[in-house]
Amino acid sequence: MSSSSVPSAPPAAAGGASPSTGRKRRKRFSLLTRRDKLTLGLMVGIPAFIHIFLIWMPMLGSIVLSFTSWNGIGGLDKIKFIGFKNYENLFSNYPPFWPAFENNLIWLAAFLLIATPLGMLMAVILDQNLKGTRIYQSVLYMPVVLSLAIVGFIAQLMYSPNMGFINNFLVAVTGDPKWTASGTAIDWLGTPGLNFAMVLVAAGWRHVGYVMVLYLAGLKSVDNTLREAAAIDGANARQTFFRVVFPVLAPINVVVLVVTIIESLRAFDIVYIINKGLNGLGLLSVLITNNILGEASLIGFGSAMAVILLLISIGPIIYYLARTMGREAE
Amino acid sequence: MTATPAPVGSRQVVTGKRQRPHYFTHAFLIVVSLIWFLPLGWAVYTSLRPYGDTGGNARGYFSIGGAYNFNNFVNAWNQADLPLHFLQTILVVVPALILILAFASMVAVALSRYSFRFNLALLMLFTAGNLLPQQVVIVPLFRLYLALPMFAPLSDNGIWYDQLFGIVMIHLAFQLGFCTFVLSNYFKQIPKEINEAAFVDGASVWRTYRSVLLPLARPALAALATLEFTWIYNDFFWGILLLRTGDKFPVTSALNNLSGQFFTDNNLLAAGSLIVALPTLIVYFALQKHFVAGLTLGSTKG
Repeated sequence: MSSSSVPSAPPAAAGGASPSTGRKRRKRFSLLTRRDKLTLGLMVGIPAFIHIFLIWMPMLGSIVLSFTSWNGIGGLDKIKFIGFKNYENLFSNYPPFWPAFENNLIWLAAFLLIATPLGMLMAVILDQNLKGTRIYQSVLYMPVVLSLAIVGFIAQLMYSPNMGFINNFLVAVTGDPKWTASGTAIDWLGTPGLNFAMVLVAAGWRHVGYVMVLYLAGLKSVDNTLREAAAIDGANARQTFFRVVFPVLAPINVVVLVVTIIESLRAFDIVYIINKGLNGLGLLSVLITNNILGEASLIGFGSAMAVILLLISIGPIIYYLARTMGREAE
Repeated sequence: MTATPAPVGSRQVVTGKRQRPHYFTHAFLIVVSLIWFLPLGWAVYTSLRPYGDTGGNARGYFSIGGAYNFNNFVNAWNQADLPLHFLQTILVVVPALILILAFASMVAVALSRYSFRFNLALLMLFTAGNLLPQQVVIVPLFRLYLALPMFAPLSDNGIWYDQLFGIVMIHLAFQLGFCTFVLSNYFKQIPKEINEAAFVDGASVWRTYRSVLLPLARPALAALATLEFTWIYNDFFWGILLLRTGDKFPVTSALNNLSGQFFTDNNLLAAGSLIVALPTLIVYFALQKHFVAGLTLGSTKG
């Protein structure tokens, strides 16, 4: 499908026109009055300006500034270009960087390999329209409408060493008060390593429902005759899903994949509200933010971290654009 | 396997295959649902009990008994200045929603129903911008907010930083991407004869947009409004980054300053969490159809 859906010219002009698109397009466009053209220009121009000014310009700014040193004090003339020095410092002289980078990768892996498939599984089960399926859907989807900051608070309710659900439950079950006593209680959110796993469980609680809804919509749009044909051909449920339904879901798979990756890179709120992203909960997003909000703001250095994040996210974004818009470009 | 070609017969083949595993499936679904519900259910239960009956008591949190009342909700509401922060949230969400939907629908109409040379390029730009992690832009953005001037009613310190206006603008810039993408897909499905009819009747571009196309997009706008309300309401990050004055924080960002105060008392924490979660939960349950439609509009039509 071509992307031109112009208000067509009066019948006489449009009638026998052969598709020599370039000329035709210009001619058609000129049918609009000057005022209409101005209107269209403003309708696109103002929003596009805001978008470019507040997102793309700062993004380019991050790239440029990552090659400079500037502490933010004094004018722009104090900016000095220092080549790749910020990146060298980042990789070799900044201890929090690699653990945060690793946490981002673990987050991504956990979401891709556990939370997303689980969401897909729930969608496949609930797509069968069993009794009560709407209730199950609502319950699974409920966490998605909560902000990750609230999820962080709720995680505290579950995990806190002497007031949390888990440890109090352990006391009730075992009858041993050591589970909540200070000193012997497991500090789920205060122990490096363990705390990040617990954060992933809490964040996954929200992600599963999100993925489930996306797949449910996709499954609803799968033509039922495909399934019937597969059943008639003797395919079992698993074969039907993996050989017939899953390939048809390709557009949804792209969306879910990209959403999962981008959400993993954006993760911030939950670790920030739990402990400001310290003590094993570091993420790239937190390091960049702390660099700005902290006492000594190193702008070039912070920008270099932002560029790393950009480099990781640019691949999925281009992949997404190519998959969703490539068809129209033809 | 012999198959009857009639649709009734083939449906029986399918349903016949599905009846067997139902007990197991239901058991699995019930277990998963209980696990999923547990954190919120636990929050509700904890919030209804006084601290003295749980934390400061040998009974502990995993127990029945003692008093049940709404005191924690009253305390959280007052101690955390929640009315003030809810007001800030409204001052951000309402203008942001209106501007996002107005601007996104304009761009979407222009890009999907008129031919520009840069149609696709612009649409890609908007979509890609929406997908960028926020932290990619924040270092220069923060400087920009400190430097950009703004006049009186919109800013009380002359710049964009520490102003609700600034928060509205950054939501606008980011969310334009998603809404433009969704709406332009939506407008592409509307037959182009509608544009032609309006054109023949002598309607201007603006008139066609305002009186013909916008009313047709009402379902998509409703779905996006529901979704965007939740997203902007739930925003934590921009408030933390671009505001400094504690009283100006929208309610979700205000949670950051409350964590220290609340974390010593889980009953109060539970009540506070539920109060802040309540608007999004209400919107979800009241407008579930719109909410889900908004999410899926953006994905299935890709």
